[in-house]
Amino acid sequence: MTSTILEMRDITKTFPGVKALSNVNLSVEEGEIHAVVGENGAGKSTLMKVLSGVYASGTYDGAIVYRGEECHFKGIHDSEHKGIVIIHQELALVPMLSIAENIFLGNEHAKFGVIDWNANETRTAALLKKVGLKEDPKTLITNIGVGKQQLVEIAKALSKEVKLLILDEPTASLSEKDSQALLDLLLEFKRQGMTSILISHKLNEVNRVADKVTVIRDGRTIETLSKKDISEDRIITSMVGRSLDDRYPPREPKIGEVVLQVKNWSVYHPLHAERQVIKGIDINVRKGEVVGIAGLMGAGRTEFAMSLFGRSYGRRITGEVLLKGKPIDVSSVSKAVDHGIAYVTEDRKTYGLNLIDHIKHNITLANLGGVSRHAVIDDLRELAVANDYKAKTNIRSSSVYQMTGNLSGGNQQKVVLSKWLFANPEVLILDEPTRGIDVGAKYEIYTIIARLASEGKAIIVISSEMPELLGITDRIYVMNEGRMVGEMAASDASQEKIMRAIVRGEGKPS
Amino acid sequence: MTTESGPAPKSGVAEDVQQGPRVAVSALITNLREYGLILALIAIMVFFQFTTSGTLFKPVNLSNLVQQNSFIIVMALGMLLVIVSGHIDLSVGSVAGFIGALAAMMMVIWPLGPFSNPLVVSIICLIIGGGIGAAQGYWIAYHRIPSFIVTLAGMLIFRGICQALLGGGSSVGPLPAGFKALSSGFIPDVIGPLTLIPPTVNAAGKTIIGSGMTLHMTTIVLGLVAVLAYAYFGLKARRTREAHGYQAEPFTLFVIKTLVTSALALFLVYQFASYRGLPIVLMVMGALIALFVFVTKRMTIGRRIYAMGGNAKAAQLSGIKTERLTLLVFVNMGVLSALGGLIIAARLGQAVPAAGLGSELDVIAAVFIGGASAMGGVGQVIGAVVGGFIMGVMNNGMSIMGVNVDWQQVVKGLVLLGAVVFDVYNKNKG
Repeated sequence: MTSTILEMRDITKTFPGVKALSNVNLSVEEGEIHAVVGENGAGKSTLMKVLSGVYASGTYDGAIVYRGEECHFKGIHDSEHKGIVIIHQELALVPMLSIAENIFLGNEHAKFGVIDWNANETRTAALLKKVGLKEDPKTLITNIGVGKQQLVEIAKALSKEVKLLILDEPTASLSEKDSQALLDLLLEFKRQGMTSILISHKLNEVNRVADKVTVIRDGRTIETLSKKDISEDRIITSMVGRSLDDRYPPREPKIGEVVLQVKNWSVYHPLHAERQVIKGIDINVRKGEVVGIAGLMGAGRTEFAMSLFGRSYGRRITGEVLLKGKPIDVSSVSKAVDHGIAYVTEDRKTYGLNLIDHIKHNITLANLGGVSRHAVIDDLRELAVANDYKAKTNIRSSSVYQMTGNLSGGNQQKVVLSKWLFANPEVLILDEPTRGIDVGAKYEIYTIIARLASEGKAIIVISSEMPELLGITDRIYVMNEGRMVGEMAASDASQEKIMRAIVRGEGKPS
Repeated sequence: MTTESGPAPKSGVAEDVQQGPRVAVSALITNLREYGLILALIAIMVFFQFTTSGTLFKPVNLSNLVQQNSFIIVMALGMLLVIVSGHIDLSVGSVAGFIGALAAMMMVIWPLGPFSNPLVVSIICLIIGGGIGAAQGYWIAYHRIPSFIVTLAGMLIFRGICQALLGGGSSVGPLPAGFKALSSGFIPDVIGPLTLIPPTVNAAGKTIIGSGMTLHMTTIVLGLVAVLAYAYFGLKARRTREAHGYQAEPFTLFVIKTLVTSALALFLVYQFASYRGLPIVLMVMGALIALFVFVTKRMTIGRRIYAMGGNAKAAQLSGIKTERLTLLVFVNMGVLSALGGLIIAARLGQAVPAAGLGSELDVIAAVFIGGASAMGGVGQVIGAVVGGFIMGVMNNGMSIMGVNVDWQQVVKGLVLLGAVVFDVYNKNKG
């Protein structure tokens, strides 16, 4: 019979002023895939940091029993020594080193400090085979995609003789196909007897692979569900503490005249001058309408949006942009903003926020003119604006003076949204607005989108989650390899129809 | 994890009031670095007051202190913006030396006629300084050449031009008295002095210099006006905040802060008044400090510089013209380097090839002691000014004590390291 490999008992961890975990219990059986789910900020990552020794023994209360003995990890080295390996959401690979160098970084096969490259590469090749990655061990990390990088991380974990593999949001930035492959790999490992803990927001994935699910909410264990009880609805209810009958807010579209029209938009790659990334796109958005752009990773959706927004991406950009029928100049970000176009980035940490400044300053950054007179900022007006948007978008923080770097993903996203709402755009382009944020915050973002549409804004939503597009948009464009390959009303669209459009579009000559 | 506490706010304003005490406490903690720095400066001054047996606070020495260090602080104002925007400028010492040489040549050697007037020369020099900043900033902003490299080149180039202008090792002078007043002059006493103790007259009927006691009344009046204005505007800002329903800092804290600051200011004003009044260069420096505090705290351009330093890509995607902003930061630095060069030349009374040599390091150290982050996005004007004074007081105090110049450098280095280590340690703990 199976035995318990890991037991975390009554874990309590306090930060100054906040109890992040209180009496959390987690029990993992040998050879199972155990999912840990919960909203952002529920305490999942803190729990994993306690387990892996990032928070050293003694800084928390409770006990960790691993393979029958109580462990007191002082750091990651201790836990890795016992075969517990964490793969974090943000990958920890060195881009300019090869796959082999990364896998054995700090752990090289070497004699007297001289690296035995043959041994490293042979072992790497064997590990890559195990994870099903067909790449030369000498390939630089920077030259392979995120999906493959994730596999390299797993190969690296395998090289450390892992017994308990912990994956923190492993598919957050992967395409559908890569995600499936990764989950299959997990199942394969399970057949070989490995135990895994999977932290994920994607409930369909959890549903598919997990043997057990532990739900954490507000730093407490809510319940552990076994295979027969696992269902998306059950998990969601447990995660948010209320039943989410409808995952998308109801809305009655009031669609008006065409606001934004883009004609024959073409963009070339910023480095490879010959590569055309966007190939003659035509789209339009109407007042009060939510338009979705579906497509696979790499279809060129972000590139399209960013090139439109002040030429923030690409070279040799051609095409025409019309706002309410009149051609406008969007050749710089400030011009685009002045014409009422806003772009909410998919990568809020890199492109959206000043993480070392507080909420108030981030919210007003794109529209400082709105809180100043003669270039002098009115502090009180700014404070009022920030508090207003904090309330409107329900940003959860102690005050608007909290650093955005300390906020959870969902709250960060709300700050970025607030920034652009305060710029008062007519056209709002949202790029993956709910990536990496939890169910509860997603619903809040959808509600904001619905409210903006009802206020008469024209909204474009780029998303890789097809159910989301089907749930919140009025019309969906399908994009593939730099061109629009389909357009359909959301009411008669379906995941299958979108996929068919993508597949059919792939055959077209460029 | 730590962010999700507390119920959802009903309305922004109400919540701010509700959280008032916590905000005030956290505001105090965030300002502690700034207060701590000022306290450190005061502690250092008191220390040297003892070790120099009372020389440090002597009116004449205070004037010296200001006149010796003003150019460091003036340049530190520009350097703060450079560092906050995520860059560095190694060329400021050489630019200052070059401008000093240029000014001397224009005033003393070249037959420029009416254009050799000190005021005209100064204005031309400031413009040229701005031009130098623009030339360096152009490569940094528009071609993304690392500022370290561009300004390292500038450091070599302008030191070389400075020496070439002066014809090798020679110095050029003496500079006109009107120009020297920039550094060694004092504001005129338009009100007239007040004699507290009449000077002793010796048998020959001549007054003994340094005896008796007169007060420079213009200085006293200016000081009083400044202190009253400080208290009045502080109070007014509080009132406005409260009128809009926001919690201001606790009243007692405000009163203590205002009283302590005013008392310190009045003490210094009195010391200056009992010598020859306020140095002109102190007035220039004070005006610039006030301007830069205002620009960084209240103006949109200041806010944009901090945003750019914090995350350049995000700033750019928020419609901020980061290239032009970077250029402007370096133009500003160039103008202030030129002003620093003029102040050095005016103090020495001549232009020398080594003027400003190595001062870029003092300037950068002042900014880092003042709490700026080498990563950009963080730093305060007041911090840089206090950092500059800490360096200056240590120079001055150790010189009076007779500490060897070599060891002075060792001590300054340790203070720089200690200040930054303290800062990083505090941040990690928080």
